[in-house]
This record gives sequence, structure tokens and C-alpha cells, in this order.
Amino acid sequence: MSGARSVSRSAKASPSRARTVATSPALDLAAVIADPGTRIIVCCGAGGVGKTTISAALALAAAEAGRQVVVMTIDPARRLAQSLGLKHLDNTPRDVPAAAELTAASGGHLQAMMLDMKRTFDEIVEAHSEPARARQILENPFYQALSSSFAGTQEYMAMEKLGQLRETGKWDLIIVDTPPSRSALDFLDAPHRMSRFLDGTMIRLLSAPARAGGRAYLKVVGAGLAIFGRIIAKILGGQLLKDVSHFVGALDTMFGGFRQRAQATYDLLRQPGTAFLVVAAPEPDALREASYFVDRLSTDQMPLAGLVLNRVHPSTVPALSAGRAEGAAENLASSRTDVVVASLLRIHAERMRTDAQEQRLARRFASAHPDVPVRPVPAAAQDVHDLTALREIGDHLTAPVTARRPRKTPARRASSRPTA
Amino acid sequence: MPTSPAWPAARLHVVTGKGGTGKTTVAAALALSMASGGRRVLLVEVEERQGIAQLFDTPPLPYEERRVAVARGGGEVRALAIDVEAALLEYLEMFYNLKRAGRALRRMGAVDFATAIAPGLRDVLLTGKIKEAVTRQVKGARAYDAVVVDAPPTGRIVRFLSVTEHVAGLAKGGPIKTQSDGVMAVLRSSQTAIHIVTVLEDMPVQETADAIAELRAIGLPVGSIIVNMARQPLLPLNAMARAASGRLDSTAIAATLSKVGLDGESLVGPLLLEAGDHAQGWQGQLACRARVAELKRLTYELPDLPGPIDTGSLYELADSLTQSGIK
Repeated sequence: MSGARSVSRSAKASPSRARTVATSPALDLAAVIADPGTRIIVCCGAGGVGKTTISAALALAAAEAGRQVVVMTIDPARRLAQSLGLKHLDNTPRDVPAAAELTAASGGHLQAMMLDMKRTFDEIVEAHSEPARARQILENPFYQALSSSFAGTQEYMAMEKLGQLRETGKWDLIIVDTPPSRSALDFLDAPHRMSRFLDGTMIRLLSAPARAGGRAYLKVVGAGLAIFGRIIAKILGGQLLKDVSHFVGALDTMFGGFRQRAQATYDLLRQPGTAFLVVAAPEPDALREASYFVDRLSTDQMPLAGLVLNRVHPSTVPALSAGRAEGAAENLASSRTDVVVASLLRIHAERMRTDAQEQRLARRFASAHPDVPVRPVPAAAQDVHDLTALREIGDHLTAPVTARRPRKTPARRASSRPTA
Repeated sequence: MPTSPAWPAARLHVVTGKGGTGKTTVAAALALSMASGGRRVLLVEVEERQGIAQLFDTPPLPYEERRVAVARGGGEVRALAIDVEAALLEYLEMFYNLKRAGRALRRMGAVDFATAIAPGLRDVLLTGKIKEAVTRQVKGARAYDAVVVDAPPTGRIVRFLSVTEHVAGLAKGGPIKTQSDGVMAVLRSSQTAIHIVTVLEDMPVQETADAIAELRAIGLPVGSIIVNMARQPLLPLNAMARAASGRLDSTAIAATLSKVGLDGESLVGPLLLEAGDHAQGWQGQLACRARVAELKRLTYELPDLPGPIDTGSLYELADSLTQSGIK
């Protein structure tokens, strides 16, 4: 897909530009977190790309830069919670004591929490209904299934929680790690689907047979919906419909609320104070997912900060090519030192090949999305499970932007002009 | 019938794993390996991502069983990307003869609602379709020797496989209960083996351990652990510890580099750093491998192949699985 797009782009480009290698502008995350106008950062991406780690590292860096930060993780590895110095995380933001020392000088502050979707849902119900009615809802079997296992509840509640955190005004920067969804787009879509369902006429109509009946029902809902209701009843059985009906009855006071709330948070995400950060590993699948997401954000006019290309393997001596390193290794291998040196050269050769492959993928992304800033973060040799390692990643994220590869240097322009 | 000593009767192989561990690739390689020698294997995708089509370099798969690969010795792998809406309509037609109503439902975009009304109905439809393929008979013989499922990741696998129970608990009577009970019976039986793909890193290994515990707690049969992308040591093993802690003899190494015409002085530092990364990674891998061993499951290991995965690498991985005893 991105291949086809890059072809069409380069075809349009002038002959002299067609040969220039696509590079992305550098993503200046230090500026993003230092900007007091940045109030929300949402980290999105496919599963397994290190979203949670990036969120936590960025939160720590922002707190060290003086921000009042809360980071909401969805399902952090236990060791990450431990690395923050916390036994476990729950639905309430907690201080990260280990970070206090680091943030003291700048006046920043870091809190962390882990989303508990059922708890969050329960709290909405409790906040919006009379105690007796709330209990009725909470005990309803349909509600229990809905709040704990509906595909999309997690995304919906993540967005709800984000809205709540923002409302308190307690933090000047909220960093959100998104759920490990089927697709990164689910974070944007699921809340709408869910609130549409909860507030929609469909759920009321489905419960209508229990209240009205026969002709009156038909008149109200039309034949198509009546068929639909019958099918649902047929498949699911009467008990479930009864539960739904009771649930809807008890929920009556809250109707309108769900959609409104979801919409309010969704709108919040479109405001300039929000920055979406797409995280991807330098692998075809993760980058494809990132591409979809970037396209979607621009369609929805949501503010994209850029792409974090996580776990890249740059070499510190790119001047020694893989071929030359391997050639030199072949001339060795007699004495014991020789064997070790040959191994070092082969490790380097492998790294150069990995690097080349990752850069190829990065270039492909750059030609499909030439305006999206990118920040590469080198892979840590070991798993991240302490504050030091987290800080190291933070350093990579926020390192000053170097003008290493300017997109158009006067020299290059001058030299390419004669051939044009 | 594809067999392995650990799951002699299994015909349904569910492949899960943390995101990013390569479970789709492993599921495809497993299917290829099981198809070798003339067997018919169905590879099923449930998350509507078209990952299988990408792996086998074919156009997006329709809701239809299509041949995607021929295995060594004449077997074949067919693939099916289950489309939930189509599966719902098929289900309505099969059990209630409701084809016309189905069309009305489609017009109304009713699948979202149907699956919303019964949380988990989606998973019942998916697992129901899988069960149908596992038990399907053609002219008195099994339609497939094995069915391999590219399942949701470890974080969602228990819900995916036990959701039939949620629904059964929710709908106390009704046809959906009968249906989900039937699915659960197959999933719990020795016909099923759930394989967990991991890489040798902390989080994936931890999730593997958690998934095994959770699956066993609800009586679902765990098959093997498949370690993917295992890296080979590039340093002599006796030099690993020294490389990891930066204790290799830099003077001697610089001299040797210069001997083969390289700038030893300036190269030795960066090369030792890269070697240090490699050695630390190797040690981390060893520690993770030990933790995997503690889980005491049959374990297979697949190498980290250079370059992007293509159809050729699938055959390579399938061979590797066959050699380690999966037939």
C-alpha cells in the first residue's frame, strides 16, 4: 500500500528530486513536553511495540522537565510497575516515590495509574443514579457482562477516564497508553460504537416488547426492527432480553449521558492541546498499522505529533560496511584473540544489515508520509525494568534534534541542477 | 492425523502469544508443517486483519476456504478469514432458516447491535465456526486433518476461548446456550491444544506463564510453548560474560583489527560496545529460556530469520518445526 503511494509521489516529483532519499523530519519531543500548551499525549500503536514503556519514559521525562504529570497505563507489565517503585497500580493515580528525587529540582511531579475498566464503569453508574437504582444496575447480569467483557469497553472506559482526569485539572499533562486492541483505530472507534449502542433507540426498542406488545410495538418500531427483535429473542432466549430490558429501565435516567460524555472526550482529542504519538517497531506489520493510524488521524483532523520508531539498531561505526567487516573476519580465525575479533566483526556486520533493513522501512514510511516527524529510539540491550533504564529511553526520546540529514542542502540543490 | 507425543488426539491447534511475538507467522508455519506428507490443514484467522493473506502474498481472503500453500509431500494448507457478519448470517441460515431476515439485518448494520446485545456473541460465532470446521465430515471422512487458529493475543485469549461460558451464563436457556456448550466441549477435550508463542524477553515470557496458569485454571488444554526468533550466539560462549561486562582485552583486539587492515584504534571502542549489546542480549535470552523451562511444557524453538518474513521463510520455519517432531 505504502509502496504504491510512494511510486505515485516520486512519479510526480521532478527528475532531480526523484533520486533523493526520502527522510522524515525529526520529531522534537523535548519541545512537545516542555510546551505548557500540551495537555494530553496519547500513545497509540499495534501490540508489542513498547507503547507502555514509551508512555512511562515520556511521563518521567516530562515530570523531570517540571510538568505535573499523570500517566495512565492500560496493562503494564508487573515489572514496569515495580520499576516505578510501585507494588501494583490501580484505578487511582498514585505518586511514584522513586521519581520524586529526580523531579524535585524542577518542581515536576509524577503520578501513575492503571485503568480498571469495570471499576470505572461502575463509578459512572454510581455517580449518575440514585443509590438504589445504581445497585440494581450493578447487579444486573447483562450489565456485568457488558462492563467486563464487551469488546470496546476498555477503549470506552480509557476515554472516559481520560475525560475525568482532565476535568479535575489536577495535572497539567496527561499521558495515555492505549489498550492492546485488535487495531490501534479501535481506540477512536470503540467509544463511539459503544455510546451509540447505550444511548441508541435500538436498545430501547429491543427492550420494548417487554413493555408494549403486539400491534402497538409494530407501529412504533416498524416491521424491520420487529423482525430483528424476534431474531434476537430467538437466538438469545427470553432471559437475556428480560435482563436487557431491566437494565435499560434502570438506566433510563442516564440516557443521553453516555453519548454526550464520549463526544466531549472525543472533541477534547481534537483540540490543539492534544498530541497523538504513534509508536511502531521497525517491522512491516507495525509500520503498516502506524500508517493506517496516521491516515486516520489526518482524516479526523486530530493533532499528530509524530511517530516514535521504537527499538532500532543503529551502528556507532556505520563507516565500516557489513561486507568489509565480514571480509576482514574471514582473514582471521586462527588464534584465540582472532576468533573473538572475527566474532566482533560478524556482530557488527549483522547489526549493519539489520540497520539497513530498518532504514529501508523507515524510508518507505517517510515517502508515504513525508510530513510526519519521526523519532527513532535505539533498542535497549536488556529488558527495561528500572527507573534508570526508563530514563535512558526518555533521554533518547527527548534528545535535541540534530540537523544530521537536512532535507535540502544548498550544496545538493546546486549539484543536482545541471542534471535536471 | 497430525500428531505429536504431547497431544496425540489434537486436531484443533490454537496459537496465541503476546503481540509482536510473531504468532501469525508461527501459526502459518505450524499449518505448513502439519500439512506435509499429504494432509489437509485449515488455517483460520479471526481478527479480520488479513495477516494470512499478507504472509502468503495472496490477495485479501474472502469468507471462504481457499488454498494458500502446498506443503512438502503434497499436502495443502487452506486459509479462512472469518468475517463475523458473514458468520452470523450463515448461522442464522443454518439454524433458523432466516436468510431473508439476515439480509434485513445486514441492511440495518445489525451485527454491531447483535454482538453488543450479547457481549461475547462475536466470540461464540468465531469459535462456533472453528468448531464446525474441526468436526466437519465430507463423505464420511474428516474434511481437515487439522485446524490451526491464529487466535487473539495472550491478553485476550482466555476471554476468547471461555466467552462461550460467559454467554451460557448470560443466556440461561435458548439455542445460543446449546451452541456454546457444544463449542466448549470441543475446546476442553483432548481434540484441542493451545500453543503459546513467545520470544525470549521478560514480558512475553511472563505473559506466557500467566496465560498457561489461566488456561489451566479453567480446564483448557495447553499444548506447547513455541519460542520464536531465538537468536544465535555470535561470540564464542566463553567470551560472552567478558563481552557483556566490558572486560574483553581491547588492546589485543585493536592490534588484531589493525593486522587485517582496519583502523583498530578507532574501531575497537564501538565494536566492543556492539559486542556488549549482543552479549547482554544473549544473557537475557538465557535467563528467559531458563524461565520457559521452568514452565515444564513441551517447547519448540524457532530461529530468528534475517530479513522480513516471506513465504519462503514460512517453509524454513515449518521445516524447523517438523524436524523438532511436529508432524
